[in-house]
Amino acid sequence: MIRLHGVCKSFDRAVLSDVDLVVPESCLFGLIGPGASGKSLILRMITGLLRPDQGAVTVGERDVLAMGDMQLHEYRKGIGMLFQNNALFDFMTVAENIAFPLRRLFDLPEAEIERRVAERLARVDLPGFEGRLPAGLSGGQKKRVGVARATVTRAPIVLYDEPAAGLDPVTSQKIFDLLRAEQRAANSTVIMVSSDLDRLLTVTDRVGMMLDGRLIFEGTTEQAKNASDPRVYQFVHGKVDGPL
Amino acid sequence: MSAETSSGSSPAFAGLTPKINEWLSLIGGFGVLFGEIVRRTLRRDFDRAEFLRNLYRMGIKSMPIVTVTALFTGGIMVIQAAPIVQRYGAYGLLGWGAGFGTLREIAPLLTALMINGRVGANNTAELGTMAVTEQIDALRALAIDPVGFLVAPRFLAIVLTLFLSTIFSDALALLGAAYAGYGFLGVEPAVFYRGLTTGLLDFGDVAHGLEKSLVFGVVIGLSSCHYGLSTKGGAPGVGRSVNATVVASAAGIFVLDYLLSFALS
Repeated sequence: MIRLHGVCKSFDRAVLSDVDLVVPESCLFGLIGPGASGKSLILRMITGLLRPDQGAVTVGERDVLAMGDMQLHEYRKGIGMLFQNNALFDFMTVAENIAFPLRRLFDLPEAEIERRVAERLARVDLPGFEGRLPAGLSGGQKKRVGVARATVTRAPIVLYDEPAAGLDPVTSQKIFDLLRAEQRAANSTVIMVSSDLDRLLTVTDRVGMMLDGRLIFEGTTEQAKNASDPRVYQFVHGKVDGPL
Repeated sequence: MSAETSSGSSPAFAGLTPKINEWLSLIGGFGVLFGEIVRRTLRRDFDRAEFLRNLYRMGIKSMPIVTVTALFTGGIMVIQAAPIVQRYGAYGLLGWGAGFGTLREIAPLLTALMINGRVGANNTAELGTMAVTEQIDALRALAIDPVGFLVAPRFLAIVLTLFLSTIFSDALALLGAAYAGYGFLGVEPAVFYRGLTTGLLDFGDVAHGLEKSLVFGVVIGLSSCHYGLSTKGGAPGVGRSVNATVVASAAGIFVLDYLLSFALS
């Protein structure tokens, strides 16, 4: 279980205010909300890339904020993350990008690494792309390579920041279906930040909505669709008229 | 009306405070990064493959520009000295004159400036692009230490590149000077060589230049890595960081050259 309690963060202004969030184990959790509402910051706090000014972040029994460098290193081995703009390493080929966490973090034979890379590439429908550089890939292909890298270690927690940003509707739906299938196969806990609500809500178990740095809703996908809070209802259904 | 503000600081100095904070933050950033690099280096906790890859990219691929710079620098020194040499007939001192200036000052300085422009700027652009496209964060999220994987290997490759390039540059600049001396003044290479080796110059002069090159390498490596890692603001931010690296490194090289020339003399 991932739990944020009373989390606050300010830069020039308050960007997260008293956020309480619970993501149950083996759940595919969708984090939604308008731009700059603090969604990506929450993912960065869970990975330990960003410390809150106040509050607690716990994953299972572990207190993320109390971890030293070595503990954080071990903890992050159990997390896969897809960044908003993929963050593929430009100087590495597709295969090297996917194999990178395996080579650096785990003591695996090279044949096993190659097998896993080929299996991931087949899974994201990019067989034969091993030797290509990220610069030569389309947006959708980069996204799929990012998904392959985020899932190659079979981490129990996977965080996706805008997995379908900039993709056409068909590719976008394929990506969401793939991520859902991956989550079910690995029984992992997944948090997915996305603005593509039509497709995101087809795969989520639970949903949380951020607004101005606050978590204003948390519940099942059905509850989100029928939310009594007009702000949530307006956002989920993409209505122009409303309080937002 | 009192010149003091409500917070107690003079308005004349109030504007200085952010600047001072900025400078202290910059110096602190350099210090912390240098400490981290030294720690990884002493523990040998850095990526050897990345070090070798960067040594090739930075060192071997800089050879053409170092060669051209060194050969012509040696030649220029002889052309500038030619009127005095001819007036006093001091042909036997041409080797010493060219060697003294080249080994102690010109070769390390110009090589450092060329490496700063080629390697330092490139290093900042690469690290800066990685920073703004979240690749550095991706390394951290993958439980990989960016200093050990990216920064320390690049820093060490820059320092070693500049050191080896300076040795190469010393030799080529003297070669260029010898040929220019022969071409413009008719000084035989053997006479030029004797001027270099008859006791007026010794290994201390070579070491003087090489010690400087090590310090210049640290300046370029530290500056290019620091500005690269602290890049913010997309493509314009990368441009600003590259600019800051080139200017800060060049200024640092000249200031430290001045101080080292005192200290090592």
